[in-house]
Amino acid sequence: MTMPFYVPPEQLMKDRAEFAQKGIAKGRSIVAAEYADGVVMLAENSSRALNKIGELYDQMAFAGVGKYNEFEALRVAGIRHADLKGYSYGRADVAAKSLANAYSQTLGAIFTESVKPYEIEILIVEIGPSPDDTRLFRVRYDGTLVDEARFCAIGGQEDELSAQLENRYQAGSSLNDAIKFTAETFEAVEDKSIGPEDWEAAVLDRTNGRRMFRRLSADEITAARS
Amino acid sequence: MSLEVPSGLPLNAHVPADSFYELLRSHSLQPRWELSEGSAQSLATPEATTVLALRYGDGVVMVGDRRATEGHSIAHRRIQKVYPADDYSAVAIAGTAGLAMEMVKLFQTELEHYEKLEGARLSLEGKANHLARMVRQQLPMAFQGLVVVPIFCGFDEIANEGRLYTYDVVGGRYEEEDFAASGSGGREAKAFLRSVYSEGASADDALRNAIAAITAAAEQDTATGGPDLRREIYPTAVVVNDSGYNAVDDAHVAEISQSVLEEQS
Repeated sequence: MTMPFYVPPEQLMKDRAEFAQKGIAKGRSIVAAEYADGVVMLAENSSRALNKIGELYDQMAFAGVGKYNEFEALRVAGIRHADLKGYSYGRADVAAKSLANAYSQTLGAIFTESVKPYEIEILIVEIGPSPDDTRLFRVRYDGTLVDEARFCAIGGQEDELSAQLENRYQAGSSLNDAIKFTAETFEAVEDKSIGPEDWEAAVLDRTNGRRMFRRLSADEITAARS
Repeated sequence: MSLEVPSGLPLNAHVPADSFYELLRSHSLQPRWELSEGSAQSLATPEATTVLALRYGDGVVMVGDRRATEGHSIAHRRIQKVYPADDYSAVAIAGTAGLAMEMVKLFQTELEHYEKLEGARLSLEGKANHLARMVRQQLPMAFQGLVVVPIFCGFDEIANEGRLYTYDVVGGRYEEEDFAASGSGGREAKAFLRSVYSEGASADDALRNAIAAITAAAEQDTATGGPDLRREIYPTAVVVNDSGYNAVDDAHVAEISQSVLEEQS
């Protein structure tokens, strides 16, 4: 019988974290920013079919960066969780906090127990009847759960994007203005202009009725930025 | 009926498909009623009565009365029998109200679940077939005398027209070209519609004919509730066309109901 080599737990966790971070750093970023009627989510993504942003429930959206297959599995699991809860109890009982906790537990367990940690980072966005009810929960590859406010950037260039957004972000702006300053932030960080077809954008908007999630078309982005 | 929601994230739910029902079943959460043979004969459950739908030029109009009966007495005066299935379709129920309402809730969740996972709505044909499967699953209950017979209509975004489907207790699905009715007053409603129906009518005419048909059915069938001016209870009416599902507001239905009552009296 061969004995496995002893690896100190600190080293094990560090190696895993480094591995996950390296994977995430390769991926493109996503920015979510509050505006007057909700939250806009913007990502650079030239694929029409493989989305990074999706609807979770009436007032909740999901955004993921990193390995597509991994965050897609989490998106599907989140929709299942939310729909099961909403069907068994009531629609108002589905809340981002409990879902973010479930994500956090699941990712924490995957980080420590599985052969390879997930190379992803996700964002759960929730809006409510008033701007004070907006929640931006960000869950890291190791299950760390952070509650952000106003805006949030995840993915490879999150630090640069956050630094730029700090200057450009305007509270209570219109949707058009919010699209403008988030798109400009991306372009400033990447130091190039990004065509309307290369954006993936969606909003959670209080004025949309029961299902508040809506994708924005390339035309809408062009119109907002002109 | 179990209501336990699994606490963890269903990451490895052994469900390959996008079906919400299969997800419920994998957690043993699907609605089920276990009855021994013949035991339901003694049950008195509210029955939802008359619903109808008719095609017009740009889509479909669907109307339902508001009464539920229990034997010979009125169980509820204001129940809802016409529901949105999703943004582009509507479903109306007749039969055992409790079972039917649960079926509608499951159907609505199912369509939305699919749409969110796939990023696209089911085709109208797909929705109609799925509802047929749900009706078929109720067959053991139908043998116990607890029958659910829905009508389904929607706007087909591929064919660009409104379409209408009826069902039977074994889950048979039939597409109707003109109009359909279900429930205790269905026969009277259909007889009325047959005499007034014209192809390619306007939405206003179709809506008026639909409400007039419910009113006519209520004249003959005691289980159907016609427009009740005293209590201000009016039929539920919806229009489904290329702009999607639109509920007709109560004030408008009240106005049409009043003019129909004046004309029929």
